[in-house]
Amino acid sequence: MSRKPYIREISKTRWFLRQPRYMRYMAREVTCIFIFAYTFLLIVALARLSQGPDAFQEFLNALRSPLGVLFNLAVLIAAVYHSMSWFNVTPQAMPIQQGEEFVPGSIIVGAHYGAWAVISLIILFLGV
Amino acid sequence: MAKSNKPIFWGLFAAGGTVTAFVTPALVLITLFAAMRFNMDMFTYDTIHAFAAHWLGKLIIFGVILLSLWHAAHRLRVTVHDFGVRADTLVAYVVYGIAGLGTFVTIVYLLRI
Repeated sequence: MSRKPYIREISKTRWFLRQPRYMRYMAREVTCIFIFAYTFLLIVALARLSQGPDAFQEFLNALRSPLGVLFNLAVLIAAVYHSMSWFNVTPQAMPIQQGEEFVPGSIIVGAHYGAWAVISLIILFLGV
Repeated sequence: MAKSNKPIFWGLFAAGGTVTAFVTPALVLITLFAAMRFNMDMFTYDTIHAFAAHWLGKLIIFGVILLSLWHAAHRLRVTVHDFGVRADTLVAYVVYGIAGLGTFVTIVYLLRI
């Protein structure tokens, strides 16, 4: 041990408040809490569905409470943030090389946003 | 080379991240509409049950739940670390355990429909 050990004066729990880019990183990571919770909402829906029409109606009534609306709204914001942060880093996650050149990042990101729009429209068309 | 289970969990995380990015916002929009009574005919027992009764519907439901569950579980493990909890092995057992349980009950419920 050295006599004057170096101690970093950085909080283990609040380190990300120092810089906007750390805050954005944490916002991206925290979306998983909402995705996790929403998946369990889907599992509960599946459970009630398997128990028959009355049980499913009870689930729907619970979903239609103010808390249900608020929860879905919060998950929607988190899910959209997740999608955007996920697609925005695709040029770094999977760079595509064509001959000597790399395909510009804007094309890769743009293709993902385009596919996202098409898939979302198909789901909404089938579901609503 | 040392054996590691990292590729499995990381693979599920990456695949799940992609699937949730494409699918979840629209899915949440549908449940939000259902919660807001946007259209009373759209989220009925009969239509959802018919979808889940078909083998292709079962496969889609299982795929979406499995991947978003394991994506979120792996990222949650990292997030808990980022919030200052350093008991990574315990955290890993807990989050992967919950994801495993969720996967198991999803299979059970799907087989009952």
